[in-house]
Amino acid sequence: MNIIQHVANLLIRSVFHADPASWPWTWLVQAVVIGIAAFLAFAFVAIFAGPVSWIERRIAGRIQSRIGPNRVGPQGVLQWLADGVKCWLKEDLVPAAADRPLFLAAPYLVFTGMFGAFVVLPFGAQVVAADLNVGILYLLAITSLVVVGLLMAGWGSNSKWALFGGVRSAAQLVSYEVPSAFSLLCVVLLAGTLSTQGIVAAQGGWPWDWFIFRNPFMFAAFFLYFTAAIAEGNRTPFDLPEAESEIVAGYNIEYSGMRFLFFLFAEWANIWIMAAISAFAFLGGWQIPGIAPEQIAATKGWEFVGWQALSWTIFLVKATFLVFVVIQIRWTLPRLRVDQLMITCWKYLVPLSMLMVLGVLVLLALVPEGGGADTILRGAMVGLGLAVVLVSALRVRRTFRVDREHYREMEGRDLWYPPYRLP
Amino acid sequence: MEVGLTHYLLLAAAVFLVGMVGFIVRRNTLIMLMCVELMLSAANLVFVAFSRELGDEAGHVFVLMNFAVAAAEVAIGLAILMEIFRRRRSVDADDLNTLME
Amino acid sequence: MIPEPVRALLFYLCAGLALAGGCWVAFARNIVHSAFALLATFAGVAGLYAFLSADFLAVVQLMIYVGGVLVLILFALMLTSRIEEARVSNPTIGLVPGAVVLIAVSALLVYACVKEFGGTTDLPPGEPTTAGIGDALLSRYVLPFEVISVLLLAVLLGAVTIAGGRLRKPAPGGKPGKERP
Repeated sequence: MNIIQHVANLLIRSVFHADPASWPWTWLVQAVVIGIAAFLAFAFVAIFAGPVSWIERRIAGRIQSRIGPNRVGPQGVLQWLADGVKCWLKEDLVPAAADRPLFLAAPYLVFTGMFGAFVVLPFGAQVVAADLNVGILYLLAITSLVVVGLLMAGWGSNSKWALFGGVRSAAQLVSYEVPSAFSLLCVVLLAGTLSTQGIVAAQGGWPWDWFIFRNPFMFAAFFLYFTAAIAEGNRTPFDLPEAESEIVAGYNIEYSGMRFLFFLFAEWANIWIMAAISAFAFLGGWQIPGIAPEQIAATKGWEFVGWQALSWTIFLVKATFLVFVVIQIRWTLPRLRVDQLMITCWKYLVPLSMLMVLGVLVLLALVPEGGGADTILRGAMVGLGLAVVLVSALRVRRTFRVDREHYREMEGRDLWYPPYRLP
Repeated sequence: MEVGLTHYLLLAAAVFLVGMVGFIVRRNTLIMLMCVELMLSAANLVFVAFSRELGDEAGHVFVLMNFAVAAAEVAIGLAILMEIFRRRRSVDADDLNTLME
Repeated sequence: MIPEPVRALLFYLCAGLALAGGCWVAFARNIVHSAFALLATFAGVAGLYAFLSADFLAVVQLMIYVGGVLVLILFALMLTSRIEEARVSNPTIGLVPGAVVLIAVSALLVYACVKEFGGTTDLPPGEPTTAGIGDALLSRYVLPFEVISVLLLAVLLGAVTIAGGRLRKPAPGGKPGKERP
């Protein structure tokens, strides 16, 4: 039983003093509660998108040795509110030559595609809007609405830059859907279910129970998925659809005001969605170390709420960490050319991801779960993961030291806040 | 009124007819291709409705096969159309009335 | 359990979406609008699948038709330049024979639907279908499954042959092949 039915049943018992199983209006109360949950998810997108856009701009400023927005509120934290109000008050322009219905409908289609994905994201032990039994397939399918929306925006704008952006974006999304689907197929093979909550439940709280450390093929599949997902989100180094130096702004060039904001929202929501999918499919999702999901489901009252909040927080921390990785990648790597983009996908990612599926299948057949070989594999993969984390931490530390030396030489004082200095 | 098998069959028939009439009346080959897709969708709908009615999974399997066939048809059809457009600068069915150039 | 009137309303919404989209596809003047109306049809049909508790098929329908077929069609549309179509009718066949065929076939279909499978039946409640489809595909229907995969391979090769005929062999300098004019 998920949290929506819980809340609905609680409401019916306490407010209407009726038995939820036999009361004729149970479905209506459930529908209302689902509506409220949808609104909360919507608000989550908006509230998440705002501050993270500010954080990204500050990080970008730091990486490019400039300041970034720091005027609205302390250190510019309210910049996103100012931007939002500005976009809201702007005139909603429709170009005279545009294909009006398509131009007006496109942002909503893109937004629906992104927002629809939130339905099946497992935020916590029981916190999921709808635990569909085809959940992960639904995630892949609903994103295809975005492709159509982008093509619609590109065509409807009747501008060559928008059309280029839309067509590039659609080609990219369709191509990179293949490796990302194959990588997620590895997860489905291990979990034995398509349901998102089922996939989380098949993992555990400790790192050696996560799918990413299950075997070498899963470890590789995680990075394949992450690369493909960055490409699907039109993020640098795969941001050809919005390449400023080539086609100005891509598919959203003719949009202004609220409609433009819808595209931005969709982009931010997409970062969150790809980070969340990586987190729940490979990194154990909301699983709390040492506590089985059944124990959480058996608790009552405030204890139940507490466990839910803890699992929610764990999921949020994992996903937010990945969001920061995406942001850092964006401001570190240069953009690919179109031919390089397609070669990366079709010649490297697609065959590699197929290989990963085969490898996972072979290991599923050969290595029984819980056996000695399985333990050795998991231990080795956790060690490898630790090594990766350690090496990157050491590199960050070295870079920071060099940076601090330079700062001391130039300014004559210490850099006080590592590594994202707030001037 | 309760929604039953007949409703689905009638709807599928309507969608099929729309696709058929579109296929006959339109002269742009791309639209004709889309109308074929409409007819295929109608057939799929009948399969699923009967599958549900009879409680048999076979209908779902057939629909999956149909998906593959439809995707194959569109991929090859569009590749041929693009090639024709490149040679003739037109995708109208009426212009494609010679076997050789 | 959702009461009957609401279920009926949802059904008619999906059905209306599918049918209206279909009409738009077949009869709209603007071809690009036709292609985007195809989205409404596919979404409506996916909704009906979900309504018939074919959840797996509904999602696969969205994935293959919207994510694959429709995007391909849109690409083809945007690459063929003459998108505005002046005439709706097809002069070689015409509207009158079309109407005759329409009336004949529609009479036949409606007769079949109402007479042979008449009356409304209460459909049994649905169960998740994914596992059942998988079992069926790999046991009883394994031959069609393999044939379909051969078909898809043939399509892959065919599409590459048709499209790849235009590509020149790479020049000695290692530059990528160019399209012939």
